[in-house]
Amino acid sequence: MELNSKIPTGPIEQKWDKHRFEMKLVNPANRRKYTVIVVGSGLAGGAAAATLGELGYNVKCFCFQDSPRRAHSIAAQGGINAAKNYQNDGDSVYRLFYDTVKGGDFRAREANVYRLAQISVNVIDQCVAQGVPFAREYGGLLDNRSFGGAQVSRTFYARGQTGQQLLLGCYQALEKEIDRGSVTMYPRTEMLDVVIVDGQARGIVVRDMVTGKIEAHAADAVILGTGGYGNVFFLSTNAKGSNATAIWRAHKRGAAFANPCYTQIHPTCIPQSGEHQSKLTLMSESLRNDGRVWVPKQKGDTRGPAEIPEAERDYYLERKYPSFGNLAPRDIASRAAKEACDDGRGVGPGGLGVYLDFADAIRRLGEDRIRERYGNLFEMYERITDENPYKVPMRIYPAVHYTMGGLWVDYNLQSTIPGLHVIGEANFSDHGANRLGASALMQGLSDGYFVVPLTIGHYLADTKPKPIAADHPAFAAAVRETSERTRQLLAIKGKRTVDSIHRELGRLMWDYCGMARTADGLRHALAEIPKLRDEFWRDVNVPGSGEQLNQALEKAGRVADFLELAELMCRDALHREESCGGHFRTEYQTEDGEAKRNDDAFAYVAAWEFAGEGQAPVLHKEPLAFEYIPLAQRSYK
Amino acid sequence: MAATTMNLTLHVWRQAGPRADGRMMTYEVADISPDMSFLEMLDVLNERLQEQGQEPIAFDHDCREGICGSCSLMINGAAHGPMKGTATCQLHMRSFKSGDAIYVEPWRSRAFPIVRDLVVDRGALDRIIAAGGYVSVRTGAAMDGNAIPIPKAAADAAMDAAQCIGCGACVAACPNGSASLFTAAKIAHLGLLPQGQPERARRAHRMVDRMDDEGFGHCTLYGECQEACPKEISIDTITRMNRDYIAAGVRAANEGGAA
Repeated sequence: MELNSKIPTGPIEQKWDKHRFEMKLVNPANRRKYTVIVVGSGLAGGAAAATLGELGYNVKCFCFQDSPRRAHSIAAQGGINAAKNYQNDGDSVYRLFYDTVKGGDFRAREANVYRLAQISVNVIDQCVAQGVPFAREYGGLLDNRSFGGAQVSRTFYARGQTGQQLLLGCYQALEKEIDRGSVTMYPRTEMLDVVIVDGQARGIVVRDMVTGKIEAHAADAVILGTGGYGNVFFLSTNAKGSNATAIWRAHKRGAAFANPCYTQIHPTCIPQSGEHQSKLTLMSESLRNDGRVWVPKQKGDTRGPAEIPEAERDYYLERKYPSFGNLAPRDIASRAAKEACDDGRGVGPGGLGVYLDFADAIRRLGEDRIRERYGNLFEMYERITDENPYKVPMRIYPAVHYTMGGLWVDYNLQSTIPGLHVIGEANFSDHGANRLGASALMQGLSDGYFVVPLTIGHYLADTKPKPIAADHPAFAAAVRETSERTRQLLAIKGKRTVDSIHRELGRLMWDYCGMARTADGLRHALAEIPKLRDEFWRDVNVPGSGEQLNQALEKAGRVADFLELAELMCRDALHREESCGGHFRTEYQTEDGEAKRNDDAFAYVAAWEFAGEGQAPVLHKEPLAFEYIPLAQRSYK
Repeated sequence: MAATTMNLTLHVWRQAGPRADGRMMTYEVADISPDMSFLEMLDVLNERLQEQGQEPIAFDHDCREGICGSCSLMINGAAHGPMKGTATCQLHMRSFKSGDAIYVEPWRSRAFPIVRDLVVDRGALDRIIAAGGYVSVRTGAAMDGNAIPIPKAAADAAMDAAQCIGCGACVAACPNGSASLFTAAKIAHLGLLPQGQPERARRAHRMVDRMDDEGFGHCTLYGECQEACPKEISIDTITRMNRDYIAAGVRAANEGGAA
């Protein structure tokens, strides 16, 4: 396997323009002759499907939800970054580029990040034109807020529902194309395999989740916009259905998986309330604009928050990181919360929480202003915890939120399988070892609206794939394999429920491949995961049949894949003998407990190649060169 | 953290498939924490059913944060249950008390055929959006975001309507099975913004006609929809929709053609 990142030559400011000129084009009349499959209908997939439809391609779009509008992008709360500099506070494309590379702890590819920063401004324009109701100032112009890891205000938002509004803009554009006939939508349809013919991605195998029918769809190119794999931890802020099956199946067919150990633990989530917990709920990072994070100075302090005087509180983010304060990046804020709790200063049940306190902001701005900014988040918090955050501080704790790792892609967002492109959270490309807040929406839309529609055109014009029918033997073989696997899952009829095994895997991953990792812990997890996987295939119980809506079967297929992916995550975490961003190996830290990178040995992308069942995966390295932003120890002090 | 747990009797609609006969089944559910969400309570029941070799109850859910609009459920006859402005996934068991009998049914509407148990097909809502619930703007064709100043009040009003999560509670709650609140919310969102003006009449005309074609009933202003809406979208949007629809008809008549 060869990793060719295909980064255009020339100065970074000109790479994308130059590349756009050099890429081949498909003549408008020829576009309808090409079929492009898009899997996923979130910000990345939905934007790609709509845009490719507008361009005249014949598009088939698939999602497992009952409607494309329900993709998990909908749940993003806080905002979307763009280098508009509408605030005149010193922002620029270069600064967004700089912040993102630095925020990612120097483990992202410079050329991709620069392009992302450039396109960010077009994304905002596009969304405004679609009618996305962004927050406005009294003068009628767009408002901004601040987010972690930046000292400028460049985040555009629609109350606490930015992801929803951006996705609806995208979904509406998609529905327009569906009505026009350029896009055919397949809701409640789950991709279970990718079909490779002569080394090129030529289609997918799907299961109709209502009838259970397993069938193949042929195409000239396939795009995966299927999101991240945070649900490997069972408890995460992801939607219950979010899964890694599409990217994992593609990995097993030849797509390299890059940096699987880079996971983001978000610092501000509602703490777990009990064993029954099915998912964790995020409280937007935007709350850190006005909320102050603190714990008692004294260990084991059982007093209520109101009884703890100012002098006995430790506003630890403000103390440790005075220049960024409560807006320190996510990985740093999460680790600091864990440290405080490990130190016995955590609050709430089990001592697994820290306060996020709005008392000062309410005094300064009044309750109405706070309600206007965060009203829906405060309501959500109260509904879940039965506590009123206008009166008592919120309790928050870190939770798995996002995965920076994903399928390896080149500058064209093409994986190591020709014709298979990967966009949004499903790829690894732009966030390095830590993603900054409000950058996921930016990347999903940038990939979907502005990058992949062009690079797909180039791929098609360059390779001119021959017409292929869905009765090609490769499709029949893939359908057979998928059907056989489904039959196997249904035939085990053991004693354990899918969820019980998933929970056990999640605990293992959280304990050993979570916020702090050690070589011993990872070795332990690597020994335990295969045992759990064996138990799954021996003793899981998937009731019902395959010829109907069967939610237990859907979950079982996804958990089977998580049980394989988890092992690769631990292997990657073990091999990376340094700390960077969200990957914190306790053996590698500075004297004051910050992540200590080893640039000499690890300034590369770790891309893993599947080598066959039971075989150790093969590591390939894409060296990272930092030509514009010199490698430096990250400092937010 | 409440210390005591609850014991409940659940009556749940079970139906094996779209064409199968369905019926209410009764389940005793013990040891439920008041801190659980309603869906977590169903998770617990489903785990227990599977441990007894039975098939779990199928229900739609995904984000469990009240925003994706997947979850549904008529709970004791109310769409999304007893708590106002709250989707089923954000309803917690502390809203009930031990000993309660709870009736759980799917959305009931001719336009939402049952897929299985509590899962229904809401594809008709997507088709209403496809008929005109958008601003036609090709990717890349946009001007600078700040080239269109929008008074804050208009942006806020548009946002109020745009919050619709497309769950279909309005339809399920309506005695006529009308999708008017859903349709009107989109027409209001886009109609309140300058970006939405060029297609305003066409949008209202096409979306309302599609709504009728999909088998939804007519609005007779019962107002049940706004009571059930988890985002508390106002029925005033329906007045706005009717005005736009009539204007579209007048314009079509004046121009001697279809809108």
